[in-house]
Amino acid sequence: MNTEFLRQMPSSRSFATNGSGLLWRLHLDSPLLAALLVLCGGGLLVLYSAGDSNADLVVRQAIRLGGGFMALLILAQVPPRTYRFWAPAVYAGGLALLVLVLFIGTEAKGAQRWLTVPGVGSFQPAEIMKLAVPAMVAWYFSERSLPARFRDVVLVLVITLVPVLLIARQPDLGTSLLVAAAGLLVLFVAGLSWRLILAALGLLAVAAPLMYFFVLHPYQRRRVDTFFNPEADPLGAGWNIIQSKTAIGSGGISGKGWLNGTQSRLDFLPESSTDFILAVLAEEGGLIGVLMLLGLYLAVIGRGLFISWHAQETFSRLLASSLALTFFIYVFVNIGMVSGLLPVVGVPLPLISYGGTSIVTLLAGFGVLMSIHTHRKLMSH
Amino acid sequence: MRSPMTFRDHHNEGRIFSTRLLWSAAIVLVLMGVLAGRMFWLQAIQHDRYITLSDKNRVQTQAIAPPRGLIFDRRGELLADNQPDFSLALIVEQVPNIHDTLALVAEKIALEEADIERFWRRVRSPRRPWEPVPLRARLTEEEIARVAVVQHEMPGVRIDANPIRHYPHDELFAHVLGYVNRINAEDLERMTLDEQANYSGTHFYGRLGVERHYERLLHGRVGFRKVETNARGRILQVLEQIPPLPGEDVHLHLDIRVQQAAWDALGERRGAVIAMDPRDGGILAFVSRPGFDPNLFVTGISHRDYSVYRDDLDRPLFNRALQGQYPPGSTLKPITGLAGLDAGVTDWQRTMWDPGYYRLEGQSRVFRDWRRQGHGWVDMHKSIVESCDTYFYDMGFKMGIDRMHDFKVRFALGDRTGIDLPGEARGIMPSRAWKRAVRGEPWFHGDTINASIGQGYMLTSPLQLAVSTAIFARRGGPVVPRVAQLTPPASPIEPALSPESRHWDRMTAAMVDVVHGARGTARAMGQGAKYRIAAKTGTAQVFSLGKDEEYDAEEIAERLRDHALIVGFAPADNPAIAVAVLVENGGSGGSSAGPVARQVMDAWLLNDAGELEIPPAAIPGAIPALMAEHR
Repeated sequence: MNTEFLRQMPSSRSFATNGSGLLWRLHLDSPLLAALLVLCGGGLLVLYSAGDSNADLVVRQAIRLGGGFMALLILAQVPPRTYRFWAPAVYAGGLALLVLVLFIGTEAKGAQRWLTVPGVGSFQPAEIMKLAVPAMVAWYFSERSLPARFRDVVLVLVITLVPVLLIARQPDLGTSLLVAAAGLLVLFVAGLSWRLILAALGLLAVAAPLMYFFVLHPYQRRRVDTFFNPEADPLGAGWNIIQSKTAIGSGGISGKGWLNGTQSRLDFLPESSTDFILAVLAEEGGLIGVLMLLGLYLAVIGRGLFISWHAQETFSRLLASSLALTFFIYVFVNIGMVSGLLPVVGVPLPLISYGGTSIVTLLAGFGVLMSIHTHRKLMSH
Repeated sequence: MRSPMTFRDHHNEGRIFSTRLLWSAAIVLVLMGVLAGRMFWLQAIQHDRYITLSDKNRVQTQAIAPPRGLIFDRRGELLADNQPDFSLALIVEQVPNIHDTLALVAEKIALEEADIERFWRRVRSPRRPWEPVPLRARLTEEEIARVAVVQHEMPGVRIDANPIRHYPHDELFAHVLGYVNRINAEDLERMTLDEQANYSGTHFYGRLGVERHYERLLHGRVGFRKVETNARGRILQVLEQIPPLPGEDVHLHLDIRVQQAAWDALGERRGAVIAMDPRDGGILAFVSRPGFDPNLFVTGISHRDYSVYRDDLDRPLFNRALQGQYPPGSTLKPITGLAGLDAGVTDWQRTMWDPGYYRLEGQSRVFRDWRRQGHGWVDMHKSIVESCDTYFYDMGFKMGIDRMHDFKVRFALGDRTGIDLPGEARGIMPSRAWKRAVRGEPWFHGDTINASIGQGYMLTSPLQLAVSTAIFARRGGPVVPRVAQLTPPASPIEPALSPESRHWDRMTAAMVDVVHGARGTARAMGQGAKYRIAAKTGTAQVFSLGKDEEYDAEEIAERLRDHALIVGFAPADNPAIAVAVLVENGGSGGSSAGPVARQVMDAWLLNDAGELEIPPAAIPGAIPALMAEHR
């Protein structure tokens, strides 16, 4: 197919010129921005209900979102070639911080994930890697020609898996999974051969049981056990998933109505404002609410893929597609686990779950996407 | 811009990338479809199942135990009520480490091994989450204070107040009231489903006595409350409520004054006293000593306390009045005498010489009178007053066991009296058929002779003696003993002898002489009486003497001495109380049991000023007043 032709379709420009001149000049992509704003606004409504009508919670989340949009705005101004230039340095720095966190990290809830900078606050170095790893892999391929050769694959695996293992050691299964996905997705769109993909999947199928017995922490192993049989311990480990499915299922088609979800409001649903917030939406908004959410997510992901389709350089293309697809991984893993399709992994519902540095990281990622889209140059034949 | 230095196949790279992007989009769409499908499955197809689960989470139906009915004596004295009991319970879901918390609690209050055992059994049995699991009941004020000080360090530990049964008079009414204690699985298994539902909120169940017999009445009807709770079991709102129907209060015939008099009169001796009002069958006093403290049993008696009762040689848990089986001895002579008169084998004029023993013609076996030297010339009247055995041996032999048996069973002997208490003993009123069935032996003449003075195979409980005395006082009129003031059922007993018969008057006169006559065996109890008493003493042999052995009460171990008995009613011409007293190993009936009976009668018949003032029957007209018609 003629991609060169598609890239020069005036339609791609028309979004920017279509009454959004100011936004375009601010390097913002209006469809993506609109979808994100609707998503975040709706998320605040759900959070208000999930947090027992606690306005404080919503305000704190709004401030965090504001920070995220600031990051988005700033990162959108930076041209993609700057990202490409700095990618190796940021990656190396992030790696160093990850090693540091193993030694002097702050411990909370049995995991050592935070670095405290005196006088500034604390942050999770793992969050940096969500952007740094795909940027680094994209940088690697931007210097080489596609499709990826075997040597490239090995190197990219090293680039990806070193930080992933460091994060998994904290332990933070959810983030390590997302970072791994971000790196490996670049590999996928870079044309990793199907034969290698199938071989890797086969290897995973063999390795999974071994991982279960030799790699996973006991608490992680328990989560997997619970996934396969939540009824074994309905008051303990199985409680979360049973109550979550009950919340979702009891919502029905049209839901119990905003602020009327008994599962969440009567505290049967744990983590209702964080990882399990989807169950609140499903209970109160019903299937209709869930489908609207899925539609919004699809719009965001679709726009992300659209942007990568139109990106002009290998680095931009790979990075943009990885960011869009990683966002999808968030959505899929969270909804999958809350609805009982996947084991419980600590992955928040993107842009809606309360708290975490992840909101800022996510919006920053969309800033990079917008930068890629708005810094394109019109090319002549 | 692309570097001109690289020789890359841009067209091919673009194609690879575009293909992969399209693949990605396809995979995203498919997986989004999977999510949407999953949601459709949960929310549309399985919706009914989950809405039920969600309602079950949210809405709890709680049973509300009805307050148990109170028990009063006839004067309105409270005999059993409900008082708050403070107990310590754990909400297991809130306790970080149960073993640590148990250890902490044990530092503050006394925990027995049985408490901990029971606690773990409850934790492991199926229960509703967030429901407190009781650990120890009956906290003292000091213990409550000690726990309260450190309660904030022990999340999930709470102190609850629940009403429990309380018996303000401790031992005094224990054997007649019985007690309640924790309902158990076996109790519930015996119930119908409907009854089980009625007990769904109840923790206690009547065990013995009035508490057991009137369990249904006292219990009431369970109430229900539908509440919305949160996950921690806190009630947020009451959706629907059906209040419980409280158990009915039960008013007893018992009179605390008479009961106390009987209790005090027995003193530390082992024995039993039953006093009843023959006019309506109401039990006025029901005493069995030693007693026990029923309050100890309510929340589960400790092993130590229980073994004290169990190992006591005096058997305080044994209900002598209801379940004790004693030979009635001479107390039955008036009834046996009536039987002989009715059978025509003797009359009031007939006299015989008592040499101190009786021997069947042609046999060497000798039946001795209690008085070795004999009573000389005796007739029926004198045989009652002095309790001559020889006269009764002779009369009994002539009457034969069949007629004796058939007459006596009309006096509630040898079968349950039908009292409103559980566990009543039947006693034995021997007959040919009984001996063949139970002993596999034929009936001998000697058996008849023993039976004619209430010895041999014959056994009665003190209650049976009191009832037969009340029937006598009513001239054969039916008497069904009642503890509670509720209309008694009709008695199936047919009068043994026409109420018009002169024999009643003559026999009563003889019994009056037992108390008020110069040679009466119970003359000790008659002194200073403001009314006439009709009574008959008796002794029950604990073991038999050989024919030539001397009986020496001093030499025999205390527990092998005869049981002392007396039965009687008063006033003799218009009976308002019938009494049976048993003093275990008390020796002579007249001297040890008689005064007890007198004090009981005084407590009932005399007013506070010591004047004769006969209280009215609790249920006038409950039993047709035979006496009044024929006097």
